[in-house]
Formats: sequence, structure tokens, C-alpha cells
Amino acid sequence: MKAWISIALLTAVLAGSVQAAIDTYEFDSEADRQRYRTLVEELRCPKCQNQNIADSDAPIAMDLREQIFRMLEKGESDQQIVDFLVSRYGDFVLYKPPVTGRTLLLWYGPAIFLGAGFVLLGFIVLRRRGSSATAANGLSADEVQRLKALLNQSSMDNKD
Amino acid sequence: MKRLILLVPFLVFLGMAVFLYKGLFMDPSELPSALIGKPFPAFALPALDDPQRTVTEADLKGRPALVNVWATWCPSCRHEHPVLNELAKRGVLIHGVNYKDDRSAAQKWLRELHNPYQLNIEDAKGSLGLDLGVYGAPETFFIDAQGIIRHKFVGTIDERIWREQLAPIYQSLVDEATP
Repeated sequence: MKAWISIALLTAVLAGSVQAAIDTYEFDSEADRQRYRTLVEELRCPKCQNQNIADSDAPIAMDLREQIFRMLEKGESDQQIVDFLVSRYGDFVLYKPPVTGRTLLLWYGPAIFLGAGFVLLGFIVLRRRGSSATAANGLSADEVQRLKALLNQSSMDNKD
Repeated sequence: MKRLILLVPFLVFLGMAVFLYKGLFMDPSELPSALIGKPFPAFALPALDDPQRTVTEADLKGRPALVNVWATWCPSCRHEHPVLNELAKRGVLIHGVNYKDDRSAAQKWLRELHNPYQLNIEDAKGSLGLDLGVYGAPETFFIDAQGIIRHKFVGTIDERIWREQLAPIYQSLVDEATP
């Protein structure tokens, strides 16, 4: 069983590395290669629904990889390259969308829902506690008064 | 109060149902173009029918027009072509961008299937396509008389889509240009 699992895992890992883009670009430096890898992995292929430019075989992804490579060669910054693509393909190409009016819910929605959940939880706990307190002794306000009086009396009696 | 709380799951369900129902009719492959409201990108490319001649973005100005991005390797373009022919016959001004294609194949296509395009731009390397944010042919851009991109349609234009969605847009551009 264990052997099977490791074989499955190994195949998955190997298949992943084979699938990745196989363009061979010559970079001036290792830093440029790293930047290229990061960019093609963080940008989304406009033709595909959920694939980055690095993994996609779509012709447009190939063109964009080449474009990014050329811009890197020209010495443009990561921001310039990202802006270039966003101005043509829109925010869709970003896997990390910018915070705008339309994406507010996307960015802060989870925090808002979490907060609302905590508020609801606190509300329920407080109510439970309140109701269980009254249920425990089951006395009305009058009876509480009487109980106090009785207790005071007995403690005074004890003093004598 | 208790009664109202019992309604909460139902209201949550209702909200979800509305969202999901709306989602049924949305096409996730349709991207909003980043170029709406911007001028048509600058270019200088050969004319498909006469490679000696250079076409630039200035040639597109003057009248509202459709700019159709097509290629012979694109099967949907073949379906779309008769519709474009028909539109051109009715007086709609259409320009063609032959996107990442083979020149002789494209010329043959226009000879055999009829040429609905006023200007034929040859974008062999796809550089204009890149500037237009094209991610698959056919795509059709609507430009006004000043050469500003006003609308983009991705996919095959057929009679119904033209009648229901696109004709009003084109008409409004024409009306705008003729005071």
C-alpha cells in the first residue's frame, strides 16, 4: 500500500515538472531567470480560465512568455511588465487583484464574515449564560429579596 | 424575535439562489476589455492585399467601424465570415486584422469567400493583436469616428447576436457621428 502511494506521488511530481513550459530562453543572469519564472507563474493566461502563463500551452500564453522575456531583456522592471499586460488584458491576468471598489468584498469579505460570526457567537454565549443563571435558581426578583433578607438574618443570628 | 431567527436560513438560501442563478447565465470566458474608451493602439502594418502599402491607425478614423480580428486557422472565423459579408452588403463598415496567419492562405480565403473588409491589415507576428489584448480569434472591436474603441465582442458574430446586441451599439456610433 505504502509503495503504491509513493509511486503515485512520484508520478504526480514528475508529471508536474514535465508539464511546465519548455521554452528555452537564454537569460543574462540567474536573477533575470528567477524574475521570469516568478512573472510567468503569477500571471494568468487570458485564454484559459485557471492556468498561469507558465503552464499553459495556449498560443497566447506562448506569445506572452516571449513578450515578457523580451521586456526583461530590455531591462524593464517587473511593475512595467505587469502594467503592460494589465493595460491590454485587464485585471484578469493578475492572480492577485488590486484593491478597488469592485474587489472590496473579495478582499475584506472573509474578515467581515469572520467578525460577524464572532459577534453572533458572543451574542449566543451571552444569552445562554444569562438564561442559565436565572434557570439555575429559578427565583423571581421578590424571592431574591426575601432570600437575601433571610440570609442576613441567619448571619446576624450566628453572631450572637 | 424567535420567529424571525427561524427565517434566517431561508433568507440565506434565497440570497445564494439569486447569486447562483445569475451565475448560470454568465460566461466566464468573456473578459471585459481593458481598452474600452481608449484610442485604437498605434500600428504600422502592411495591407494584406497590397503588402507594399502600409496601413496605420490614422486610416481607421473618420467613420465608425468594426475591426474584426480573424485568421484562416480559426474555425469559428469561417462560420462568422458569411455574416460579415452580409453586414458589409448592408453598409456596415468593417476592417479586418489578419492575425498571425499565412499571407497566401489569407489572400486565398478572401478571394474564395468574398472580402467584406474595407481595409485589410496583415498582423503576421501578432503585435497589433497583443496591443489589442486579443486572446483568441474572432474578436471584433467597435471604434467610433475618432478611432476610440467603444466596445469589444469576443466570439462568433451571428445574425441573432448582431440583431440583439451589436446592431444597437453600431447604430449609436453612427448616430453619434452624424449630428
